[in-house]
Amino acid sequence: MLDTAKRKAMLRQMVLLRAFEEKLEELYQRKAMFGSTHSYRGQEAIAVGVCSALQSSDLIASYHRGTGHLIAKGADLYTLLCECMGRAEGYSKGRGGKMHMGDMAFGFIGNTGTVGGTVPTATGAALSAKVRGSKEVVISFFGDGAANQGVVHEAMNMAGLWKLPVIYVCENNQYAMTVSLEKSTAVKQYSVRGAAYGFEGKTIDGNDVEAVYEETARAAAKGRSGDGPTFLECMTYRWDGHFGGDPGTAYRTKEEIESWKQKCPIKRLKEKLIAEGHLSESEFQKTSDEVYADLAAIAERAEAAPLPKKEVDLTSIYAPLEVSHG
Amino acid sequence: MANAVSVPATKEMRMQEALREALRSEMARDERVFVMGEDVGLFGGAYGVTKGFVQEFGEQRVLDTPISESAIVGLAVGSAINGMRPVVEIQFADLLPLAMDQLASHGARYHYMTGGRVNVPMVIRTKFATRAGGGPSHSSCNHGAFIHFPGLKIAMPTTPADAKGMMLSAIRDPNPVLFFESHYLYGVRGPVPDGDYTVPIGKAVVRRPGKDLTIVTCGGMVLKADAAAEQLQAKGIDIEIVDLRSLAPLDKETILTSVAKTKRALVLDEGPLIGGLSAELAALIQENLFSDLKGPVVRIAAQPIPPPHSPPLVDAMIPDVDQVVDAVMRMAEGGKLS
Ligand SMILES: Cc1ncc(C[n+]2csc(CCOP(=O)(O)OP(=O)(O)O)c2C)c(N)n1
Ligand SMILES: [Mg+2]
Repeated sequence: MLDTAKRKAMLRQMVLLRAFEEKLEELYQRKAMFGSTHSYRGQEAIAVGVCSALQSSDLIASYHRGTGHLIAKGADLYTLLCECMGRAEGYSKGRGGKMHMGDMAFGFIGNTGTVGGTVPTATGAALSAKVRGSKEVVISFFGDGAANQGVVHEAMNMAGLWKLPVIYVCENNQYAMTVSLEKSTAVKQYSVRGAAYGFEGKTIDGNDVEAVYEETARAAAKGRSGDGPTFLECMTYRWDGHFGGDPGTAYRTKEEIESWKQKCPIKRLKEKLIAEGHLSESEFQKTSDEVYADLAAIAERAEAAPLPKKEVDLTSIYAPLEVSHG
Repeated sequence: MANAVSVPATKEMRMQEALREALRSEMARDERVFVMGEDVGLFGGAYGVTKGFVQEFGEQRVLDTPISESAIVGLAVGSAINGMRPVVEIQFADLLPLAMDQLASHGARYHYMTGGRVNVPMVIRTKFATRAGGGPSHSSCNHGAFIHFPGLKIAMPTTPADAKGMMLSAIRDPNPVLFFESHYLYGVRGPVPDGDYTVPIGKAVVRRPGKDLTIVTCGGMVLKADAAAEQLQAKGIDIEIVDLRSLAPLDKETILTSVAKTKRALVLDEGPLIGGLSAELAALIQENLFSDLKGPVVRIAAQPIPPPHSPPLVDAMIPDVDQVVDAVMRMAEGGKLS
């Protein structure tokens, strides 16, 4: 069971994830970041619930809507913000932007703008964990839209076959850009896919951070003990448009968006903690203000950081021979 | 009444609108034509080309698909073989490799490998350009990779008028046509003739006539070539620009005729320098015109790095106008051409 301190920490993390997206939106509006945003608002319970249940040696692979996963796994906010703004001190030295990063130092395999692209990568990392006999578990985060990429199916089949320690966390926010679930698949829930590859598939409430935590912990224990993958379909909703500049209302009704805002994962845990007498409104407000203020200061520093030089570094294409991995 | 010489009426529009006009009229004319791709329905496509289509033609002919590029192209191949004329949208060129097998090893080869018994009349539309903010998965210029596959036609229109005429040609073509639309050209307006007309695939055009040096280029780089030519004009150098418009089949005649006249050639490409379109063009020119040339063919193309995210890195990677001007000045030996 989750103790109060852990739940409070998760609440704070969710607030941070939301603050981060709001900061990016602000930077995007005044053209301080390059490329688009992909807001994670509304989905915070998934990144936080999953990553809170992991050990630091566990790994994650992410996708375009990935800033929340990174922060929850322990990314440095300054370095991350620098990358969002194309700065030389960013995770990828400004080469990748927020969709293209990776840092094994905190168990982050990588993310990409190619939908579904990191699902086989995560599966391969799990293959390595198994072959090396490590106790690592790998999380593969992806969206409902990504679930229909061929390579996702191919990877899951192999994971089932070889009982790999991977958890497929499908963040089902019910839309892939403007295309709804009903227009993407004939099945009601993606979790049935697990059965097709011989492993467990389960649909859970992705806005319930405690449920996400518990299910991840269970699936991770299963993976660690050699019992193979789990497909965790987390039902959720993105509050904002698909990317910066998309109001998100051409293909979704205002009522639908509003009804999901009522199911806010932050509000939910906050109200529960208050009802249990573990939290007060003013304490929450204080935490929230701190989170926003700290982030604002970091973002200001990142914005002041220099851009990379206008030059092509041909020596940056290959890893130097003396570097070894593992 | 009908004795006045008729000048075709034109309308000013952007490339997306010209493409929309072509697609729309062809869907109305030929019921075998249908569009398919991610977000092409309600949303009207990632760049608005199919806006209003689902309302006009219905969901049977305007198919929103799951995110499954390989199968989208594969299904296009199959439906084309079996009597339809699919026009597919792949949101950006970086996603073409996901469908590479279906496109290059299947679609492109059916006609030849079946002794001409099976044809694949399909069009694959995609957007391309290397630009800041896109980054490694969203701003590849991989068009050069596709010239390796015989059987595939490759169109890359530069003006809205050509976009319309080439789209009509592409849909009516009994072969697979890969249709590259430059992000940089989407915003440029131009006159587009009314009514039905075609611009052939496989035919380049002299965009700017000149006598001193030929720049062979395509896509968004035509704009940069033109800007460079303007600056060079002021220095007394008269540039001819050959806009390829099609990468396959390549219009060798127009390229070689121009270079035979100017005797100097610069090849300008937004794709990677190594093993790409620019290498093919330089080889073509030197093989055919070696003894006529007054100097080596010069290539300017993208630096061989993955497309980066941050603006200064992108600027360093892709050719710019100054680079073209400087290269021409060097080719002209201090600005003197004879
Ligand atoms: C392979 C691929 N196809 C298409 C796109 C364009 N695109 C970017 S995000 C997206 C929708 C993704 O939906 P989903 O996987 O559900 O993730 P969400 O955006 O909802 O978080 C699409 C179609 C892409 N980036 N990559
Ligand atoms: Mg989605």
